[in-house]
Amino acid sequence: MRDVAIVSYAQTPYVRSERHRNEVEMLMPIIDEVVTKSGITRQDIGFTCSGSTDYLAGQCFSFVMAVDAVGAWPPIKESHVEMDGAWALYEAWIKIQCGEVDSALIFSFGRSSMGETAETLTLQTDPYTMAPLGPDAISMAALQARSGLDAGLYSERDLAEVAARNRRNALTNPEAQLAGEFDVDALLEAPYRVSPLRDHDCPPVTDGAAAMVIATADVARNASSKPVWIRGIDHRLDCHQLGSRDLTRSPSTELAGQKAGVGTGKIDIAELHAPFTHQEIILKNALGLDDDVRINPSGGALAANPMMSAGLARIGEASRQIAGGAAERAVAHATSGPCLQQNLVCVLEG
Amino acid sequence: MSEEREPVTRIVTPVRVEYTYTPGVASERFLRGVREGKLLGAACDSCGRVYIPSRGACPRCATSTSEFRELSDKGTVITFCVVRVPAENIDVELPYCTANILLDGADISFTGLIQGCPFEEVRIGMRVQAAWKPESEWGFGIGNIEHFAPIDEPDVPFAKLKEYS
Amino acid sequence: MAEHAAVIGIGQTDFDAKRLDVSQVGLIREAAERALADAELDWKDIDAVVVGKAPDMFEGVMMPELFLAEALGGVGKPMLRVHTAGSVGGSTAIVAASLVQSGVHERVLTVAYEKQSESNAMWALSIKMPFTPTMVAGAGGFFAPLIRGYMERSGAPEDTGIRVALKDRLNALKNPVAHLKLPDVSFEMIQNSPMLWDPVRYLETCPSSDGACALVIGNEKHARAASNPPAWIHATNMKTEPTMFAGRDQVMPRAGLECSAELYKKAGISDPRKEIDCAEIYVPFSWFEPMWMENLHFAPLNQGWQMTYEGATALDGDLPVNMSGGVLSTNAIGASGMVRFAEAAMQVRGQAGEHQVDGAKKALGHAYGGGSQYFSMWIVADQPLQ
Repeated sequence: MRDVAIVSYAQTPYVRSERHRNEVEMLMPIIDEVVTKSGITRQDIGFTCSGSTDYLAGQCFSFVMAVDAVGAWPPIKESHVEMDGAWALYEAWIKIQCGEVDSALIFSFGRSSMGETAETLTLQTDPYTMAPLGPDAISMAALQARSGLDAGLYSERDLAEVAARNRRNALTNPEAQLAGEFDVDALLEAPYRVSPLRDHDCPPVTDGAAAMVIATADVARNASSKPVWIRGIDHRLDCHQLGSRDLTRSPSTELAGQKAGVGTGKIDIAELHAPFTHQEIILKNALGLDDDVRINPSGGALAANPMMSAGLARIGEASRQIAGGAAERAVAHATSGPCLQQNLVCVLEG
Repeated sequence: MSEEREPVTRIVTPVRVEYTYTPGVASERFLRGVREGKLLGAACDSCGRVYIPSRGACPRCATSTSEFRELSDKGTVITFCVVRVPAENIDVELPYCTANILLDGADISFTGLIQGCPFEEVRIGMRVQAAWKPESEWGFGIGNIEHFAPIDEPDVPFAKLKEYS
Repeated sequence: MAEHAAVIGIGQTDFDAKRLDVSQVGLIREAAERALADAELDWKDIDAVVVGKAPDMFEGVMMPELFLAEALGGVGKPMLRVHTAGSVGGSTAIVAASLVQSGVHERVLTVAYEKQSESNAMWALSIKMPFTPTMVAGAGGFFAPLIRGYMERSGAPEDTGIRVALKDRLNALKNPVAHLKLPDVSFEMIQNSPMLWDPVRYLETCPSSDGACALVIGNEKHARAASNPPAWIHATNMKTEPTMFAGRDQVMPRAGLECSAELYKKAGISDPRKEIDCAEIYVPFSWFEPMWMENLHFAPLNQGWQMTYEGATALDGDLPVNMSGGVLSTNAIGASGMVRFAEAAMQVRGQAGEHQVDGAKKALGHAYGGGSQYFSMWIVADQPLQ
């Protein structure tokens, strides 16, 4: 395998509603920033790959317009996944492994505020047997949370502590949407939103975009900041029907973590794409992370959950920690689908 | 359950998803202009080419288009087609002629309805001008222009238009 | 490339306007099982799955590959979902090939499909966006003016498109899975069919189909071990340019010109017209055959129509094009690109039955999408690239 590094990363400020700028206007400044910082000219970027979904934009082919933000002239080698940007990163990493290109631009975007995200995600379920019942994303997560509580794997207090820690961490992240000091006892006094989940257990609705440049060792040398090496990257899938799964575990994360080599060295920090508090605990267990691993120094998806970018943002945030010297080795994770159905794990080193 | 039954081949599950759409900074500027009967083009900060309407970027430069300027409502037919098949999103009586029209001062064409002459007379290079709806009906949309109609000016030779087709 | 890759299994569903006999699950299984049978492999032999399809709103399911996970044998495996507009079937095959070429996986299953009959694709394509009432009537309304632009530039005879349609419709009669078959098709029948988007006639356009296509792509070890002949992937390429920008040549897009030029270079081809034995290309409206002949460097600019006119692109011509009957006969949108890639592979495997080009050793598969802005292509051959 060729050594590939993240050479630059940028994200928009994450906000509840980006009412003024459209997707292109959101993307242009951050794409410009990552390309400039990469030390690679636009024309020399070998491959471009983006991640987004039409159901956030409410129109077909919504990714096509985003090409306007890239400067695809002369024409570029480009692809798009209808997935979180983390999988766009995976496709780009594969392209580099083929030896065809030495660098790639990855970006993702979404304005969740335009629709009703939790209800829209109902359309992600089996259209014959599940979607007609109308399960929204929060209700499905609540089913999962309940199975862990009943199995004695965590308490509601544990969940509130996850929420408080993430939003405290977010205080140092200028781009986070929800940050602050929260008292766990006070959080537990709040009513349920969908039992057993309270508001603090759920992610905010977030608009935003993220962009990244990766490159091989030779090309990465010109970057303005320290390259962060992708030492392992793998993604796996669990079955779809909630009833066929043990919702207290994430077997696909366990497998992806093993394949990506999480256990082969000490992990300093982890950025886990856990939109719901209990999911952070499931993921921590699936990846076999010790208690001394700092989880979500950025505040994670509980502090900002830009759909389609939240996974790529975990990898980007972890790379920032390493580039800034706060960690030597990190694991980053992205998820997709109801109740952590699909998971990607990426191991990064300085 | 031994009785023979017809297989279930179809279930109907209506889906409704609502969106609140906002057009973006540049498009908003264009729409505010068209509300007042002005066609605002926007020039690329880098190459100077003029877009109408601008979606915020010059796609060839990936640069903002921040300088707005009012364009003429006259233009030239770049190419056209006569539509004889209904489409769900268009409420115009069939058949009708749509054309890619290059407004004077713009560097990119946009699509408009051609009326005011028989279809056989529509041709590449033909000069046209916007026919606006009555001012009282103007809203935030290019629909303020009802159609484009031919004007008495000489055709533009195809060689001069090829770059825009 | 780190590794050679080859197509070792191909499966297509039967295509029809409405496949009411199967769900989406049944549809993709039909293609995938046929591909696995062709490759003489079982689900457990597959390392990863790559799914492609056009807009999710065509079926009304968001990221449908998630609910298809079990049916695609994807549980516990990596699964990717590609979407690059109309070129997606081709791009999906290319992503699957890259998983093998990178050395990351040995055997990958890729499936592309569309089942428009389950939702309302016409509605999905014409969602009324506020502020911007469109005057573009669907894909035909977008592409017909470009066709007129090509006619103006090239001076091609007005019946060129009819000739393309006739050839493709006759080819479709030889393809057992093709959707639209008109046994008594004739020049006059096409000429007299209603003008939809002038200058495009009804029988010069593609139908809307339900269907799926699947490929198994293996590395060199598995390609050599397969009992059916492999189609070796010599080169792949994808190129994109923005939909609309000042000075864009929409009739002869630079992305297509450069995509094919680079593709030939990678495949060691210096004279494509001579060295390529047949081409299966994305022609949703008849006139795109001559346009793409030029865009693919098979003919000089403004002369692509001569190839059609002289019969060069017929099944017995010197460069047969769209042997399967093409998109004009079968168009399950998300699958259409992969069907082109699959037909190219079938030809060099000698598997194409009645629409086989004698002695085809090297073939081009081509797809495009968006406003003629996304291109994906591959060259496959009966021997690995030296």
